[in-house]
Amino acid sequence: MRENLERLKLQVASELEAVESSAELDALKVKFLGKKGELTAILKQMGKLSAEERPVIGALANDVRKFIEDNIALRSEIIAKAELEERLKAEAVDVTLPGKQKELGHSHPMTHLLDEICDILIGMGFEVVSGPEIDTEYYNFTALNHPAGHPARDPQDTFYFNDEVLLRTQTSSVQARVMENRKPPIRVIAPGRVYRKDEVDMTHSPMFHQVEGLVVDRNITMADLKGTLDTLFKRIYGNDAKIRFRPHHFPFTEPSAEMDLQCFACHGEGCRVCKGEGWIEMLGCGMVHPRVLEMCGIDPNEYSGFAFGLGTDRMTMTRYGVNDLRLFFENDIRFLKQF
Amino acid sequence: MDLSRKWLNEFVDVSDISDKEYAHRLTMSGSIVEGITDLGAEIVNVVVGRVTAMERHPDSDHLWVCQVDVAKEEDIQIVTGAQNVSVGDLVPVALHKSILPGGVKITRGKLRGIMSNGMMCSLGELGLDLHNFPYAIEDGIFILQEDCKPGDDIRGVIGLDDHVAEFEITNNRADCLSVIGLARETAAVFERPLKLHTPQVNGSGGDINDHLSVKITSELCPRYAARVVTDVKIEPSPLWLRERLHASGIRPINNIVDITNYVMLEYGQPMHSFDYSCLDGGKIVVRTAEEGESIDTLDSVKRPLTKGMLVIADESKPVGVAGVMGGANSEITENTKTVVFESANFNGTSIRRTAIALSMRTDSSSRFEKGLDPENTIPAVQRACELVEILGAGKVVDGIIDINNAEYKPVTLPLEPDKINALLGTDISVDYMIKALELLGFQVDGMMITVPSWRTDVSRMADIAEEVARMYGYDKIPTTLVRGEATVGGRSGREKHERTAGQLCRSLGYSEILTYSFISPSYYDKIALPSDSPLRDSLSILNPLGEDTSIMRTVSLPSMLETISRNYNNRNASARLYELARVYRKSQEKLPTEPKILTIGAYGDGMDFFDLKGDIDAIISGLGLSSVKYQAEHENPSYHPGQCANIKVDGVTIGVLGQIHPSILANYDIDVPVFTAELDYETIYSMSSDKEVKYVPLPRFPASTRDIAVVCDATIPAGELIDCITAAGGKLLSEAKIFDVYSGGQIPSGKKSVAISLIFRKNDSTLTDTEVGESVSNILKVLEESFGAVLR
Repeated sequence: MRENLERLKLQVASELEAVESSAELDALKVKFLGKKGELTAILKQMGKLSAEERPVIGALANDVRKFIEDNIALRSEIIAKAELEERLKAEAVDVTLPGKQKELGHSHPMTHLLDEICDILIGMGFEVVSGPEIDTEYYNFTALNHPAGHPARDPQDTFYFNDEVLLRTQTSSVQARVMENRKPPIRVIAPGRVYRKDEVDMTHSPMFHQVEGLVVDRNITMADLKGTLDTLFKRIYGNDAKIRFRPHHFPFTEPSAEMDLQCFACHGEGCRVCKGEGWIEMLGCGMVHPRVLEMCGIDPNEYSGFAFGLGTDRMTMTRYGVNDLRLFFENDIRFLKQF
Repeated sequence: MDLSRKWLNEFVDVSDISDKEYAHRLTMSGSIVEGITDLGAEIVNVVVGRVTAMERHPDSDHLWVCQVDVAKEEDIQIVTGAQNVSVGDLVPVALHKSILPGGVKITRGKLRGIMSNGMMCSLGELGLDLHNFPYAIEDGIFILQEDCKPGDDIRGVIGLDDHVAEFEITNNRADCLSVIGLARETAAVFERPLKLHTPQVNGSGGDINDHLSVKITSELCPRYAARVVTDVKIEPSPLWLRERLHASGIRPINNIVDITNYVMLEYGQPMHSFDYSCLDGGKIVVRTAEEGESIDTLDSVKRPLTKGMLVIADESKPVGVAGVMGGANSEITENTKTVVFESANFNGTSIRRTAIALSMRTDSSSRFEKGLDPENTIPAVQRACELVEILGAGKVVDGIIDINNAEYKPVTLPLEPDKINALLGTDISVDYMIKALELLGFQVDGMMITVPSWRTDVSRMADIAEEVARMYGYDKIPTTLVRGEATVGGRSGREKHERTAGQLCRSLGYSEILTYSFISPSYYDKIALPSDSPLRDSLSILNPLGEDTSIMRTVSLPSMLETISRNYNNRNASARLYELARVYRKSQEKLPTEPKILTIGAYGDGMDFFDLKGDIDAIISGLGLSSVKYQAEHENPSYHPGQCANIKVDGVTIGVLGQIHPSILANYDIDVPVFTAELDYETIYSMSSDKEVKYVPLPRFPASTRDIAVVCDATIPAGELIDCITAAGGKLLSEAKIFDVYSGGQIPSGKKSVAISLIFRKNDSTLTDTEVGESVSNILKVLEESFGAVLR
C-alpha cells in the first residue's frame, strides 16, 4: 500500500504537468480524489492492514491527499490565470474603430451669445424678464419719449397691425412695462426678438435680436452705466477688451451714448473687421430720460437709472466670423452643427 | 453733412489740427465724423504753366509743339493735339511723373519723334466739369482765367486744396447741419474763439410792400420771411463760391441759386428763390394743397399733391412744395430780372411726410424735417441779400416781409451742479460747467442758464448734464459698479423650464433653429389647414416687406417644414431640428396672445414614428409630466392618417406628433418621410409647475413577473389593451408592458398576437402564486370580455 500511495503521488505530479484547462483539471480531480477515484480505491484496502500499520499508512494517505489537493490548487491558479489572459486576448478590440454615435443637438449660435450675456448680467444682480413682441405704440414709442410724428414711428420703419398695435422695434418696449409694475430697485434684462422694416441682405433682417438692460434706483450714475458695460464686455471678450463711450442721441435717454468696442481683430489699428475704424459700434445706452421715469410714475428727483440696448445679431456674426446674416435664419444643419 | 475745412477755418481757425485729430475730437464730443476726404488727393505734380511759344509739329498737321513756362530754369516742351491754346495762355500742366484723377499716370515720351515732357489738361482730366468752371470748354485745354502764375500748384488754383469732413448728425441737432453750427461745436471742443459775422445789407431803396404780399393760411408755417431783389443779372458765381459749393457736394448753377444753397450750407436755413415775374398778383400764399392739385417740380417731374401737403402758391397756383422743392413754373432762368428770396420755417413732420409721399428727399427737406430754429430765418435772408450785393447780382429792395407766428421765448434753466455731478457720477467744477456751456452758446447769468434759440433739444437738467459731459469727455467719467440695495438676479422658473426643454431636445440630438415670426398666407394651404380653421385668422401686417412675410404665424409647422425642405434640398441626408418660439393668436384684448410652441422635426437616418415618439416621451417626462397617452388621430390633414397621434396628459391635449402626409411633403419638394411634433409649451409648463414631487418608499418585497400573449383583432389599439389590463389587474399589478406584437404564421389573418409582460407586487408581503394566478385569470377574463382577446 505504501508503494501504491507513493506511486499515486508520482502519477499525480506527472499527470498534472499535462493538464491545460480547468475542465481537464476537474476531471483529474475526480480521477484521483473522487468517490470512485484512485485514492479512495487504495484507502478501501485499509481494512486489510494490521493495527500497527493502519495509523502509519493513514497518516501517509492524508499526506498524499494533501499533496494532491495542494498541487491541484496550484495548477488551478496557473490555469485560471492563463485562461483569463487568453480570454482578455480574445476580447481585445480595435479601439480606434468608431464609437456607436449618439449625436447631440446644437444650440443656435444666436442663443449661445444671448445666454452668455444673460448669465453674466444675472451674476451682477439682473433678473431676466420678457414682454410681448406685438405691442402698443404706447410702450414702443410714447412711453419712450418719442413724440408724435417722430420718424421712427413711420410705417416705412415699423410694422403696424393698426394705428395702435405694432411689432416692437426695440426691446426697450419692456422698460415702461417693468417700471409700471415694480418699485425700484429695478435691475432687469429683457432679451428677445425685435422687428424693423429692413429688406433682407447680408447684414440686415426684418427680425433680429436685442438684450435690453434697465437699472433704476437711488443714486444711479452714468459712471455706473460705464462700469456695468465695462464688466460685461470684459467678461465676454477678455480682460484686455477696451470700450469707449461717445455722446449720441436717443429720445428715451439723456445723456445718451453709443458704446464702441476696440476691434478685437486689430486692437484699434484699423482692419477689415472694423472697416478701418479701429472700433466696432456695439450698442446704444444712456441715463433713463426723466420724462420716461415720470410717465411710469417714478419721481426723477428721487430716482435715476440707466438703460442699454444691445443688438446681438451682428455681435454673433463678428464673434464667429459669419459674414452673412441670412445664414442664421436659413438653419442649414451643416451650419448649426458648427456651434 | 459735408464740411469744407477751408470754409470752417473762416469761423474758427483749426488749420493746425490734423484731419485725424479733428475727426477724433469731434466724434468724441458727439458730432460723428465718418471720414475726411482730401479733395486734391488724386492730383499729384500738376502745376500752372504759361504757353510761351507754339509751332506746328513737323510730321503732323494737327499737333502743336509748345514751350511752357512752369517756373523752372527752362521752359518745358509739350506736344498737344488741342486747338484752343494760344501763346500767353495759362494752362494746367501735368508734369513728368504726375498723377491725374482715376490714377492716370503721366510720364515724358515722344510724340511722332518729338519729346513731350508732360501734358496740358482739360477740365475733365482734372475731374471737373462746366458747372465748376462755366467759362471753360468741354473738349479742349482748360485755359485758366484765375489769378495765378506759372509754377503754382493747380489744386490751390482750382479749389481742390481742401479737405472735407463727412459728419453724421443726430436727429436732435439740426443746427449742426450747417457750417456755423459745426464751427460752434469745433470752437467749443478746441476752446478757440468763434468768429461770427452779422450780415450787412445796404439796400437800394424802394419798398418791398410795393412788390410783394405774403399770406399764411396754415399752422404748418410758423414763420415766413422774404426779400425782393430787382435788376438781377444772372451769371455764374465767382470761383470762391463755386469751390465751396463743390466741396460741400452741391453743383453750382447760377449766382442766385448758388446764393440760396450757400446760405443753406452756412446757416442751416434752407432758402428758395422765385422768379417774381411768375408770381401771379405779386402774391405768395402759404397754404395746404387742394385735392387734385399738382405741380411740376424743378426736376421736371409732375407731382400730384394730396390734401394737407404744404405748398407755396401765388394767387392762382402752387409755385413750390414748401420746404421740399420749388416749382418749374417759377424757376430762376437766365431771363429772370426780379427775384423773391424765401427764408421760412415749416413744421418738420409735415415736410418729412410730404417728402416721403412724393419720394423726393432734398437737402432742404432733410433739414426742415428735424425741426429748425425760426429765429434763424432773418439772418439767413439777410446773408443772401448781402451776397447779392457782394456779387453785384442785383439791387436789394428795402424792407423785409416777416410773418412771425412762432412766438419764440427763450428757455431758462437753473444751473444745478450737484444734480449734474450726481447724475454723471463725477466731480466737475462749476467753473468748468459754465465755461463749457458758454462755449456752446448758452448764456449763464449767475446760476441761470439761457438756452440759445437753435438748441430746441435742451429743456431740463439732464440735457444740461449731457452738454457738460460731452465737453468734459465721456471717457473721463469714472467707471463704477452699481451700489445700493442688493438685488437677487436670476431666471424665473419659466425661463429655467424653457432652457430645460432646449437641453432635452439637444441631448436627444435635435438642433435649435430660428425662424421668422411672420409667414406667407399661402403657408396655411401648404399644410392643408382647413379653410374654416380659426388658426387661419392671423394678424396681418399693414405694411409688410412682401407677401412672404405679411402675416404673423398662428402655427409653427410651416416654419419647420420650410426649414426641413431647405435642408433636404441642400442635400443634407438627415436632420433633427427643434424650435421653441412664439406663435401669435388674436384675442379679445387689444394685444394678441403669444404662446410658445415646441416644434420638433426630423427626417432621414432611419427615423420612424416610434423613434420620434420615444423622444417625445423623454422630453415630456424631462419637463416634469407623467402618464402621457397617445390617441390615434386620423383627421389631421397635415399628417399621415395612419401615423398621427394626439398627445394627452390627464385628459388634456398637449400636442400632436406623426409622419407628415405625403401630399403635404410634395408641397415642400420632399420625398422622404418627415416626422414632426408640435407641443403646446404653455400647457406643458402650466401642468408641470402644478406637479409636486413626492417620495414613494422603495419596494421591500420581491416582484413576480408573468408574460402572457393574447390574440385579438388586429385593429384594436395596443394602448387600449394596456388600459384595460391596468384596470383589471387591480392593486397587485404594478406594471404592464408590451414587448412584442406579431401577426402572420399561425395567427389567423385579421388578428394579431400581443405579448405583454405583467409585473405584480405587494407592498406589505411577498406575493403567493395563488394571488398572482387569480390576478392573471381576471385580466384574461376581462380582456376576452372587452376585446375578444384570448390567450395564445
